[in-house]
Amino acid sequence: MRAVKVEHMNNDIINNIGLNHYLILAALLFVTGMAGVLLRRNIIVLLMSIELMLNSVNLTFVAFSKYLGILDGHIMVFFVMTIAAAEAAVGLALAVSIFKRFNEVNIRFFEHLKG
Amino acid sequence: MNHSLLMALLILAPFVGFLINGARYKKHSANVAGVIATAAVAISFISAVLLVLDLVAMPVESRKIAVSFFEWMAVDKFKINAGFVVDQISAIMILVITGVGTLIHLFSVGYMHHDKGVAKYFAYLNLFIFNMLLLVLGDNLLVMFVGWEGVGLCSYLLIGFWFTDKEKAAAGMKAFVTNRIGDAAFLLGMFVLFITFGTLNFSELNALAPTVAEASWLGAVTLGTLFLFIGATGKSAQIPLYVWLPDAMAGPTPVSALIHAATMVTAGVYMIVRLNPLFIMAPNTMMVIAVIGAATAVFAATIGMTQWDIKKVLAYSTVSQLGYMFLACGVGAFGAAMFHLMTHAFFKALMFLGSGSVIHAMHEEQDIRKMGGLKKYMPITHITFLLGWLAIIGMPPFAGFFSKDEILAYAFNSPFGSPVLWAAGALGATLTAFYMTRLMALTFWGKSRVPSDIHPHESPAIMTIPLIVLAILSVIGGWIGIPHVIGEHLGHIPNMWEHWLHPVISPIPGWQAIDHTTEWTLMGVSVGLALISAIVAYQFYVKAPETPKKIAESIKPVYNLVYNKYFVDEAYFGGIINPLVNISRNTWYYIDVNFIDKMTYWAGDLMRGMGSMVRSVQTGNMQQYAMYIGIGVVVALSFVVMR
Repeated sequence: MRAVKVEHMNNDIINNIGLNHYLILAALLFVTGMAGVLLRRNIIVLLMSIELMLNSVNLTFVAFSKYLGILDGHIMVFFVMTIAAAEAAVGLALAVSIFKRFNEVNIRFFEHLKG
Repeated sequence: MNHSLLMALLILAPFVGFLINGARYKKHSANVAGVIATAAVAISFISAVLLVLDLVAMPVESRKIAVSFFEWMAVDKFKINAGFVVDQISAIMILVITGVGTLIHLFSVGYMHHDKGVAKYFAYLNLFIFNMLLLVLGDNLLVMFVGWEGVGLCSYLLIGFWFTDKEKAAAGMKAFVTNRIGDAAFLLGMFVLFITFGTLNFSELNALAPTVAEASWLGAVTLGTLFLFIGATGKSAQIPLYVWLPDAMAGPTPVSALIHAATMVTAGVYMIVRLNPLFIMAPNTMMVIAVIGAATAVFAATIGMTQWDIKKVLAYSTVSQLGYMFLACGVGAFGAAMFHLMTHAFFKALMFLGSGSVIHAMHEEQDIRKMGGLKKYMPITHITFLLGWLAIIGMPPFAGFFSKDEILAYAFNSPFGSPVLWAAGALGATLTAFYMTRLMALTFWGKSRVPSDIHPHESPAIMTIPLIVLAILSVIGGWIGIPHVIGEHLGHIPNMWEHWLHPVISPIPGWQAIDHTTEWTLMGVSVGLALISAIVAYQFYVKAPETPKKIAESIKPVYNLVYNKYFVDEAYFGGIINPLVNISRNTWYYIDVNFIDKMTYWAGDLMRGMGSMVRSVQTGNMQQYAMYIGIGVVVALSFVVMR
C-alpha cells in the first residue's frame, strides 16, 4: 500500500512537473553560473561556470521545445553545444598560455586593459 | 642634319653634362668635370652654329626654324607645345649664350681648379646653360617662363655656391626673392595676355598685336606689357628691383661673367625684343621702359664711381649698361638693344673674366685700393682688359661705340624718345667712361699698392685664351652694325645687323630718318664727353691720386650718399622688409600662438577632461565588465517586461 502510494506519488510528481519547473531550474543554474563568472578568480572555474550558464540556456530551449511541441529548440541546442565546445577549447588554450606565463591561472593577470 | 635633331642636341647637351657631373659631383676631379662640362657646351655651340648657318641659307621671308617636340599641355583652349624656334633674334642669343658660355666654362677650369665642389659647380653651370637655352628658344611665353625660373634657380645656386659663408648664402637668397617678385608680375602679364589674345605663342601674339594699338594706361595690352616689364626689371636688374645684382657678386667670378653680365640678366631685354610688335602698341609702357632704363643707366653709373670692390664696380656697370638696353627698347630701337646686348656680352664677360684673373692673381683680394700697377705682372690680362675698357666707354672703332651710339641716336630721334632721354644716356656714357677709367687706373696703372705678402702673377693659358678671344670679339664685334652714316665713307659697308633683324623688328610709327649732321654731332658729343671724362679720371687717379679724395671731402654728404648706394637697401629694409617681418611676427604671436593654438588646446583639454570622467569605468577587470553586461541585460529586460 505504502509502496503503491509512493509509486503513485512519484507518478504524480512526474506528471506534475511542468514548464515552470524547468524554467526555475534553468534560472537557478544560470544565476549560479553567473555568480561563478562574476566572483571566482580561477580561469578554469570561470570556464566551467560559463558552461553552466550555456547549459541552463539549453535546458530552457529544450523545455520550450517540448512544451510547444516543435523541434526548433532542439536544433538550437546542438548549435549551442558546438559553440560551447569551441569556446571551451579557446578558453582552455588561453588558460594554458596564461599558466605557462605566470605559473598561475588567476584572472587578475588579464587586467592589463586598464583605462 | 635634320633640324629637330640639331635642336635637341643644342638644348640637351648641357643637360646631359649637368646629369653626368651632378650624379658624381663628389668623385669628379676639376679636370674631368671641366672637360665634360665644357664639351657639353661646345657641342651646344656647334649645333647652334649649324642651325644658324641653315637659317642664313634660308630665304629672308621664311627665315625661321621651328621645332615642336610634343604637346606639353592642353586644357580647353589653352594649348601649349614644347616648341622651340630659331629665328633672327634667338639665333643671336644662342650664339652668344653657347659661345661666350664655352669660353667661360674654359676659364672656369682654371679659375675653380682648387675648389672642392668643382664638379657641382660645373653641373650648375651646365644646368644654367640648359635653362637659358629653354628661355631663348621657347616659342611661347610658358616655355620661356620655365627657362626664366630655371636660370633664376641656377643663379641662386651659384651665387650661394660658397654657402658656408653666411653672407654669400644671404646674397643668393636676396637674388632669389627679388627675382620672385618680378616673376610674379611676369605671371600676371602672361595671364593678361592670355585672357586678351587667347594664346601665349610668340608668333601668334605678334601677329595679333598690330590690331590693338591703345593709348590708355589700363588697357589690356598696356597692363600686360607693363607686368612683363616688371618681370624684366627683376631678372635684368632695373630700378626698383636691381638691388640683388651687386650682391650677386658673392658668387664665383666666372658666374658673374656668364650669368650676371652676359646672359641671364639680358633675358628681360630679350623678352621685350621677342614681343616687340606688342610692346610698340603700348606707348605708355614704352615710355615707362625708356624712363626706367635711362634712370637706371645714370643711377647705377653714379654708384659705380664710388665703389672699391672691383666686382662691385663691374656689377653697377652691368646694371647701368642694362639700363641702356632698356632705354633702347623704350624708344623702339629693339635692334639696337639686341646689338648692345651682344657687344655688352662680349666686353662685360671679358672684363669680369679679367677681374677674375686679377682676383686669382691677388689671392682673392677684391679691393682695388690694394691693387695698382698690375700692368707689369699681368700683361695679357691688362691688354685684354684695356680693349674691354675701350669698348665699354664707347671709343671708335670698338664694339661698344657702335651699339651705344645707335641707342643714343634713337633716343634722340625716335618719336618715343626725347632730347632728355638722350641727355641721360650721354650722361651715363660720360659717367661710365669715368668709373671704368678709374677702375683701370686703380687696378692696372699707377703705383703698386699691392701688400708685400702677395706676389701677383699672370694666369695660366686656360684662363688667358678666353680673355684673348673675348677681347678680339670686343674689338670687332661692333663691325657688323656700322651705321650708314659711317659706312658710306668706308666704301659703303652695309649695316648687316639692321638687315638681319629687319624682318622681325616692328618699324617705329612716325619715324623720320635722322639727318647726317645731327647723327655726326650726337656721335661727336658722346664720344667727346666720354673722352674728356676718361682723361679727367686718368688725371685724377694716376697723375694726382690725392685729388679725388679732396673732392670727396669737399662734397662729403653727397659722396656718402652715393658711396652707400643711396641707402636703397636700407630703405627697402626700413620701408618694406622690416614692416612685413613685423606684421608676420605679430600675426604669428597674436593670432597663431595666442588664438588658434589656444583654441585647439582648449578643444583638446575639453575632450581630455570629459574622458577622465568616464575613464575610471575601464578597470580592465573582466568580471566587472561582465557584471555591467549582466546589469545592462537585466535593466533592458525589465524595461521591456514592465512596459
